[in-house]
Amino acid sequence: MIHLEHIHAAYNGQPVLTDVSLHLAHGECAALVGPNGAGKSSLLRVITGQLPARGSRRIAGGDPARCNAREFARHVAVVPQDLPQDIPFAAYEFVSLGRTAYLPRFGTPSKADHDAVQEAMDVTGTWHLRHRALTAMSGGERQRLAIAVALAAQPDILLLDEPTSHLDLRHRVDLMALLLRLNRDRKITILMVIHDLTLASQFFSRIILLSQGIKLADGTPAEVLRPDLLEAAYGCPVNVIPLPDLATVCVLPALAST
Amino acid sequence: MTPSRTTTCLLLLTVPVVLILCLMAGPAGFGLPDTSTLAGRALLELRLLRVVTGFVVGAALALSGCALQAILRNALAEPYVLGVSSGSSLGAALTIVTGLVQLTPLALPAGAFVVGGLTLLLVCLVSGRAGHYSPNTLILVGVVASSMLSSLLMLVLALADTLALHSITWWMMGNLQATSWTLVLIVTVLIAISAALLFSQVPALNALLLGSETARHLGVETRIVLPLVLGAAALATSAAVSLAGCIGFVGLIVPHTLRRVVGANHRRLLPAATLCGGAFLVVCDTLARLLFAPREVPVGVITALSGGPFFLYLLLRNHETHETP
Repeated sequence: MIHLEHIHAAYNGQPVLTDVSLHLAHGECAALVGPNGAGKSSLLRVITGQLPARGSRRIAGGDPARCNAREFARHVAVVPQDLPQDIPFAAYEFVSLGRTAYLPRFGTPSKADHDAVQEAMDVTGTWHLRHRALTAMSGGERQRLAIAVALAAQPDILLLDEPTSHLDLRHRVDLMALLLRLNRDRKITILMVIHDLTLASQFFSRIILLSQGIKLADGTPAEVLRPDLLEAAYGCPVNVIPLPDLATVCVLPALAST
Repeated sequence: MTPSRTTTCLLLLTVPVVLILCLMAGPAGFGLPDTSTLAGRALLELRLLRVVTGFVVGAALALSGCALQAILRNALAEPYVLGVSSGSSLGAALTIVTGLVQLTPLALPAGAFVVGGLTLLLVCLVSGRAGHYSPNTLILVGVVASSMLSSLLMLVLALADTLALHSITWWMMGNLQATSWTLVLIVTVLIAISAALLFSQVPALNALLLGSETARHLGVETRIVLPLVLGAAALATSAAVSLAGCIGFVGLIVPHTLRRVVGANHRRLLPAATLCGGAFLVVCDTLARLLFAPREVPVGVITALSGGPFFLYLLLRNHETHETP
């Protein structure tokens, strides 16, 4: 599904990714972690074809830099970090935007479009909000709607850029459970940028660690979330505390004693 | 969703009624002129020409304002934000000062159209190169172009003689009494072309409300769609301005008002803004003809004085409904 080989990319002459190779099979689910400026969002932009890159990339069978946006959007959906919230749309109209790649010119939606929107809203538990204005939604509802927009396009691949950052504990867990369900039931390939390493270890079986544009580690939480690797990536001492009952770890920055 | 659909239908039904009423309104009273006399027929034709011109110009301004507000994602965006009014005014002024207007009545609108269009082309090219049509770059380049052209216009005005100065000033205030059907027809065709282009981009305009990056993720080929929408809006605006001068406020206020009435979905908003923009300008022009009859006031005065307070009222009303859920 996602094949990146020896990718090099730069922003205004500054290298942001150096020799990154990444393969995600159909139906796989992985977390992308690393410090600010490590190149996580750049990697997503390489995958969507927005950032020119050297190296070979094949996403859903095509080169994103050459593929037309309409065709690409039917295979790859992106949930951005934050969407504008001041659009006077009802939730249903908002989720319908996910069907843009299927609409004909002049834009009259078909029955198939309506069904896809309804299904995306059902899955994300937002169908009951369909008449409500976007401006009147809570943060958690808005994030679920953002995912519904992505799902309405019926993608094979879902890319998410820190969707949990503005959410409280319960909404984070709910969102992760929803994503894992989508991954399991519909075999949607998921790549998600996430800052919360503990949450990542709890929900992902594969974690990719980026630092300064280089892929530092790629493997199971136990393989990647090691104090030495994390210290190298984040530049601060890190405690990784195993939580045996949950088979996960808790990652905390180690505070220097004063 | 249903109430706004009902509102949309109601609006669309009101428009033709309003147009006919405006056609019948005259300084001598209400009703159609007596078509059995030659003078009556001429009067009717004059009024018809004026109503058609008003409708076409208002529709074009509201339509392109609507499209520009979507892609610039800026509440202050309007058809003139990209410099077309200054460009067209300069073009018109040049044809007047150089005496080209005396050659053919089409010279003035042609001059206004060409210079206005060139301005927009330049603004779009520079913004495309400098910032991939990002809203801020477009607005910034538009403002810079506008002030440069205004300075040039002032230079022309300073050097012009009194007679030319008078006609330039009158042109800039805007006037809907077109000189010939041919001109109106040409302009209508140009505006119809850009309207067709904009209407074909309704799904893209909706997606662009989320920003051009997200729109691209949703399947909008922004590298093609953004210049296309800008170009179509520019074509409609410069055509309208070349016919009637710089009539302000319609392109700003009509889309905003309708967004509050029929919602932000361009599938309803774009047709509603087009029709109501046309009707609004015809009504304002009728008032401009009648209020101080036999004297006429510039229609721009009426659009601003009647549209402004109404818009403020809508702003306050919607604000209150948001406050009390």
